[in-house]
Amino acid sequence: MIKTDVVIIGAGPTGLFCAHQLGIIGLRCEIVDNLDKIGGQCIELYPDKPIYDIPAVPKCTGEELTNNLIEQIKPFDFNFHLSDRVQELKNENNKWLVKTLNGKEFETPNIVIAGGVGSFEPRKFPTKSAEKYDGKSVLYSIKDKNIFKDKSVVIFGGGDSALDWAIELSNSSKVTLVHRRDEFRGAPASVQKIKELSDNKTIDLITKYSIKDVKGNGSLDSVEIKSESGESKVIKADYVLGFFGLIMQLGPITEWGLNLDKKTIPVNTENFETNKKGIFAIGDICTYPGKLKLILSGFHEGALAARGCFKYARPDEKYRFEFTTASSTIKDRLGVKE
Amino acid sequence: MVKIKYIEFNGTEHEADVANGLSVMEGAIQNDIPGIDADCGGGMSCATCHVYINDDEWFKKLPEKEMGEDDMLDQAYEPKSNSRLSCQLIVSDDLDGLTVHMPEKQV
Repeated sequence: MIKTDVVIIGAGPTGLFCAHQLGIIGLRCEIVDNLDKIGGQCIELYPDKPIYDIPAVPKCTGEELTNNLIEQIKPFDFNFHLSDRVQELKNENNKWLVKTLNGKEFETPNIVIAGGVGSFEPRKFPTKSAEKYDGKSVLYSIKDKNIFKDKSVVIFGGGDSALDWAIELSNSSKVTLVHRRDEFRGAPASVQKIKELSDNKTIDLITKYSIKDVKGNGSLDSVEIKSESGESKVIKADYVLGFFGLIMQLGPITEWGLNLDKKTIPVNTENFETNKKGIFAIGDICTYPGKLKLILSGFHEGALAARGCFKYARPDEKYRFEFTTASSTIKDRLGVKE
Repeated sequence: MVKIKYIEFNGTEHEADVANGLSVMEGAIQNDIPGIDADCGGGMSCATCHVYINDDEWFKKLPEKEMGEDDMLDQAYEPKSNSRLSCQLIVSDDLDGLTVHMPEKQV
């Protein structure tokens, strides 16, 4: 059990800057994110795209913004819990008990949800029958490639993950690659390699088809694919892999008794607290009259939510407003030597 | 202002007046029409404003796909050859009377 002042859900720019503000006012936090890296949408969706509306930064990419924010909170040495997701919240004696998917537990008076539009998860096959085999022989990521040795593997998708795994697994498995159109969005070199492997019959390449059904009796036996005009084919398969990118889902957040407005959480604009005491929401996931989904708004929201957290984390102390330019306490926290 | 018709997967029809210059996606969001999520807010980075253009004549009349739209559609729910991302369809007088069909779901 980790005791802390605040658990931040989401390591995107808003969560990171809120952590900075907590550090400045002397609170500790732990940051949990479902992705395997820090940065949220900035790093997952548009690491190379320039952003032009960060105050005083005329132009920076999602990756640069993330790296600068990481640099900015370095002095506080906060813990990140990546590739993990907050699953359960329970309130006991005005403390929140937080449990993650990987079994980590936190005790905290404050939770800041900076979850963007939810956690990133792989898009799954639309076919109901695939659910039965999910995690066993229908997979959306690969942990141990050795399980595919000498097996028939059918891979769906046209991006780098699909192409790279088709190339890699073709060394030791019977690979069929299925994609909905003739063009691939993977790296040109990979596309070239796939065409070569298809020409010399190392892999079967089938385009303009998508999944229709998976079949089996207990264990997976074959996968049926269909073209748009209605033709279908059945391919023998021990494993079916789908690589259709990531989607964003609110996930367990919907089960914590928070008021929800579509996919957002209403908050007050004084401290960004939700309808639950000690649970705050900032960034794209929160809503209030006039809300703008801008990174700069998320920064402001994080700064105010941090002060809201202070009240519950230090109930016997009075919060004192200070400037970073003048306060020696803050400079100590930042490790600045003068 | 042009009229755009949005048809949900269950057949429910919605007609909206959408101002020129907005996207078909924004037309749906501003009029609270269900079936289009638009998680990324129009950045062509999420594929949750996916629609079908069932009328072939209309499909051909639409502005051509820019680079990247088909790549994003690969990641949509049940994409077909008549799929478009509604955030990329900018409303002009040419689109008056367009009908878009929503997929069963976006995610």
